[in-house]
Amino acid sequence: MKDIRAKILSNKKISHAYYKMALDAPYIARTALPGQFVQIKCSDSLEPLLRRPFSIYSVNGNIEILYEIVGRGTEILSNKKRGDKIDVLGPLGNGFTLPRTTNSEPRAIIIAGGVGVAPLVYLAGELAKKHIKTIVLIGAKTKDLILCEKDFKKAAHEVYVSTDDGTYGSQGFVSKLFHNILKTTESRFDTVVYVCGPHGMLRCIAEICQERNFECQVSLEERMACGIGVCLGCVVKTKSGNKLACKDGPVFNSSELLW
Amino acid sequence: MNVKIGKIKLKNPVMAASGTFGYAQEFEKLVNLKGIGAIITKTITLNPKVGNPMPRICETAGGMLNAIGLQNEGVDKFIKEKMPYLSKIGTPIIVSISGNNIDEFFILARRLDKIKSISGLELNISCPNIRGEGWSVKGGGLVAQDSKATYEVVKAVRKVTGKTIITKLSPNVTDIIEIAKASENAGSDAVSLVNTFLGMAIDINTRKPKLGNITGGLSGPCIKPIALRMVYEVSKNINIPVIGAGGIMNADDAVEFMLAGAVAVQVGTANFIDPGVCGKIAKGIEDYLKKHKIDRIQDLGLT
Repeated sequence: MKDIRAKILSNKKISHAYYKMALDAPYIARTALPGQFVQIKCSDSLEPLLRRPFSIYSVNGNIEILYEIVGRGTEILSNKKRGDKIDVLGPLGNGFTLPRTTNSEPRAIIIAGGVGVAPLVYLAGELAKKHIKTIVLIGAKTKDLILCEKDFKKAAHEVYVSTDDGTYGSQGFVSKLFHNILKTTESRFDTVVYVCGPHGMLRCIAEICQERNFECQVSLEERMACGIGVCLGCVVKTKSGNKLACKDGPVFNSSELLW
Repeated sequence: MNVKIGKIKLKNPVMAASGTFGYAQEFEKLVNLKGIGAIITKTITLNPKVGNPMPRICETAGGMLNAIGLQNEGVDKFIKEKMPYLSKIGTPIIVSISGNNIDEFFILARRLDKIKSISGLELNISCPNIRGEGWSVKGGGLVAQDSKATYEVVKAVRKVTGKTIITKLSPNVTDIIEIAKASENAGSDAVSLVNTFLGMAIDINTRKPKLGNITGGLSGPCIKPIALRMVYEVSKNINIPVIGAGGIMNADDAVEFMLAGAVAVQVGTANFIDPGVCGKIAKGIEDYLKKHKIDRIQDLGLT
């Protein structure tokens, strides 16, 4: 973990209100694991005051984040130019655990909802490096909001899409797609499910995984101030008491969480 | 740059404020902990506290609200799990304590008094997020809102410890000088002010308060002018050192507090934004003294 004054290498609008920013942060790139995040100071002034947490979307000598404009912080960030410098603290938190490849044949199912794709693209790449069979399900409200399909296609064996309004892929929530996929895929694998997205979706996927006895790792999003476990602002209730999204998470085993 | 608070000698006047610096270990990879004047731990209570419901924090214009609710593991676990690391740092460690009644303050102080590596105790009688939990202060308010209760708590702690006592005062009072005097009269070695201002924020779309606790403590640069005024008033009226706090983001802010009469400062919210800020502020104060040809930090005052 280091606090780095990083140069912005690129900052591009990719669709709708989504942006991709590449940052020159070789230390973070070298040490970051899939599912970890960075805390970025969007402005050098006191407005907004707090840093904003972003999942690490890709790692390639430098790091990339994928973000949506949701408020003042991300609005300011979207106006940053190539060559500008910003404070980036990371890598932070506990990321995803890759499946053990010792016993039976493992299989990963990645499920992304909306901008929840961000930490999962990096994960898909790491799974591919380990030659783990990976299926990806991407869900969003409508066609324009489906992100990173190309990225996933490079890394995964199968990629499926669903939209709530049916404008692209199958119609309905991604949890329905998950149900359908499970009906048609082989069940001989030792399955680990990785999921990131809106809270309701996470809960729904976690329930399906519990029924099937799949290990399910969820990446949670919480508002946080410090990002390093001192302000105690991002508490997550678990079977073993209060945990912190920033330090103990953001990735948790879904069976540990009190939903 | 040396300052003295009670029996504690600080190599510089910058202290990391309670609740914003954890138990220091969280910062070990990011910061030279020896460069900080003193470290004040997250507040410890006799029994573990789970804290308040989520959401616990929310950003506001120029500041933030928090309603953590003193979540901590209790004094036993603190001594067992946190003290070994804190003892090794080499920077004065001040343990912040809070209790539901005088007895709890008394028991906590007596236990912590036995630990050599603790330099002092800060009495958190001013957390705005634990209202009405068994305390018998009139009107269900905070200890720091009642001069008699303040006097009694400080007096009880004074009985069982020779360590430096700092009383942390609340700004949510009509007359902070009266409370500061009560603390001084009861034997406190210093006062620190201010704790957070009670505030709230509402989400106009959900039409719900933004904090699970409804109200919370406001901190950050937006409170600085009020905190500064209170430090100025209190330091003119008492004879024990005043530790200034409230929205200090940089060395200029810290110097302002010292000019207003503070002997040392506490940096809080700024730690969340820049983990290395305490060291930077200490360096900035040193640069300021050099630039203005002030030899001793004690000579810093209004012209």
